[in-house]
Amino acid sequence: MASNIKNAFIAAIMAGVIIAPVYGLQIVRSGMQTHLEPEWDLVFIGMGIVFVFQAFIRPLIGKLLGKRGSAIRLPVLHDRSRRAAILLLIAIALIFPFFMGRAEVDIATLVLIYVMLGLGLNIVVGFAGLLDLGFVGFYAVGAYTYALLYHWAGWGFWEALPLAGAMSGLFGYLLGFPVLRLRGDYLAIVTLGFGEIIRLLLINLYGFTGGPDGISGIPKPTVFGMPMTRRAPEGQTTFHEFMGWQFDNMDVIIYLYLMALALALITLFVSNRVIRMPIGRAWEALREDEIACRSLGLNPTNIKLSAFTMGATFAGFGGAFFAARQGLVNPESFTFLESALILAIVVLGGMGSQVGVILAAIVLTVLPEVAREFAEYRMMIFGLVMVLMMMWRPQGLLPMTRPHVELNR
Amino acid sequence: MSDFIPQLVQQLFNGLSLGAIYALIAIGYTMVYGIIGMINFAHGEIYMIGAYVGLVTLSAIGVGSGLPIALIIFIMLVIAVLVTAVYGYAVEKVAYAPLRGGPRLVPLISAIGMSIFLQNWVAIGQGARDMAVPALITGAWQFHIGEYAVTAPYSRIMIILVTLVLMIMLHFYIKHSRLGRASRACSQDLRMANLLGIDTNKIISFTFVVGAMLAAVGGVLIALAIGKLNPFIGFLAGIKAFTAAVLGGIGSIPGAMLGGVLLGLAETFAAAYISSQYKDIVAFGLLVLILLFRPTGLLGKPEVEKV
Repeated sequence: MASNIKNAFIAAIMAGVIIAPVYGLQIVRSGMQTHLEPEWDLVFIGMGIVFVFQAFIRPLIGKLLGKRGSAIRLPVLHDRSRRAAILLLIAIALIFPFFMGRAEVDIATLVLIYVMLGLGLNIVVGFAGLLDLGFVGFYAVGAYTYALLYHWAGWGFWEALPLAGAMSGLFGYLLGFPVLRLRGDYLAIVTLGFGEIIRLLLINLYGFTGGPDGISGIPKPTVFGMPMTRRAPEGQTTFHEFMGWQFDNMDVIIYLYLMALALALITLFVSNRVIRMPIGRAWEALREDEIACRSLGLNPTNIKLSAFTMGATFAGFGGAFFAARQGLVNPESFTFLESALILAIVVLGGMGSQVGVILAAIVLTVLPEVAREFAEYRMMIFGLVMVLMMMWRPQGLLPMTRPHVELNR
Repeated sequence: MSDFIPQLVQQLFNGLSLGAIYALIAIGYTMVYGIIGMINFAHGEIYMIGAYVGLVTLSAIGVGSGLPIALIIFIMLVIAVLVTAVYGYAVEKVAYAPLRGGPRLVPLISAIGMSIFLQNWVAIGQGARDMAVPALITGAWQFHIGEYAVTAPYSRIMIILVTLVLMIMLHFYIKHSRLGRASRACSQDLRMANLLGIDTNKIISFTFVVGAMLAAVGGVLIALAIGKLNPFIGFLAGIKAFTAAVLGGIGSIPGAMLGGVLLGLAETFAAAYISSQYKDIVAFGLLVLILLFRPTGLLGKPEVEKV
């Protein structure tokens, strides 16, 4: 007990040193000079919390965990219950927009974009085990493909969508080709570098991409060639005229929502099927043991490349949709933080688990919207949650169960 | 062409002072990687915190306090180094130590989380906007080559000198002290060192603390030279310093010094002779190219894959 108290005391002093220069002594500017405004109570509160935690709560947790063995177990989803969960989610998602207000549907559309991105990254990180920190680069390529095609050639959304996916896929292929020989951490850093290079190029190619201002006025997707706007350009009928409805902005929002849902479902379906195909099995095998794979005659580069390309393609679709929904794109939307957010969705959900990824996308997008008063603390908590998750549940909220046979003795 | 030589000298000087900062940060990456094989993503944030602690200290003393400027800078450096040492120690104990022995991706993701946390920790505490740092050291040393003047601000000369002194100290410390020897043993073979009675946990903490201290010195010096800072400077500086570490050969301390200087020079020359907007792209492009063609870096040893 005595050593416990002593350790807690040291920890409390360290907490004081950590908190004091950031919270205890606030820098205030007054003219050309800066001076300090001390706020010692924050420091002492922090020290007190750390002391109590280290001296009393932590040994208590240790005792409790020791007694109960392996602590709390969240459910591990089996194949059948997973399918039921997905069907239920789809049913809810389909009827959802017709009963909700505008703001809710808008947020739900955002959630679906992140579901799509999360599922795309899940192929790369979860299935193939390649840590990609520049995923947002492919998202940007997709968004800018549509934006630039519209801006320079007047293409519509539906014509540009396949090309956006293909373009991102091509980028994934070209960038992946040289780097996939690298090991885990190096790969992560190189992909981060690529993501940043893409963003910096978008900023600096001023004449082509519009620089930091980006491209605005991108039209929303049409319905079978009919624009969903109040007034149609010459010689076209709008969707609401065709249907004989009054124009309602809500219709546009619901339409966008349903489209996002369709895209997310396609991503879900494809990734769900692909993982059962030989190539998907090869991804998983490669993630588990690369050397064993190589000695069994699998070509790691090709297999990794296919995962990388496929993930990038989905990011491209997501990007094109994002550009259409926002109506404008600029490099601000494609920072490293966005990559980290998508990665957090995959990790929080449980790498490789699709239901988990969907759940995590909902949690990470809706929570910040609900907790608007804490907007300031949002990113700080986000970072903290990432650290704590890795400590307590590195396999994620709903980890995937791999098909396996168990021997009963 | 007559101003080619003086311009070259000027850029050489600028690149050297920038590279010295990268080298100071890169040592933290390289030492940690050398021992536990992980990229400490939050290291750039430690550098940023060092700069903030320096500014807090400076504000506490007051610019016009009458103390000699050299003494003020010395106090700033000492306090920044002490506080960030605690930060380095705590980050390791909280975010990385519990994860040791798990899959490789787990500590890396935890480190990214820590990096985001620390950025916003400071952004909430001290405000997210740019903060001006009073110019303590004004003036510059000018000399002429032919008709053209080359300007070397004293604050940047100080960066180079302080870095040089610290590098020499670190070199001898790692080479001859007990802890330095133990840490070299750990970087050769962590498990074997443990079997031979080295407290490896202590050595790992030691490398984090040393890395944090050097990064803090870099932070204080650059804040004084540039004159402003914000909570988000750590990310880019961290990535570039990591590039420097990889360039020199990750795991090798002289490599980190060499890589830092080379990267600083490359960036400055790119800014001067290509376009200043593309200097970051040059840094990232360099990172990609090195990893592709010489992943062991200039001075690194090839890593043998063990089955």
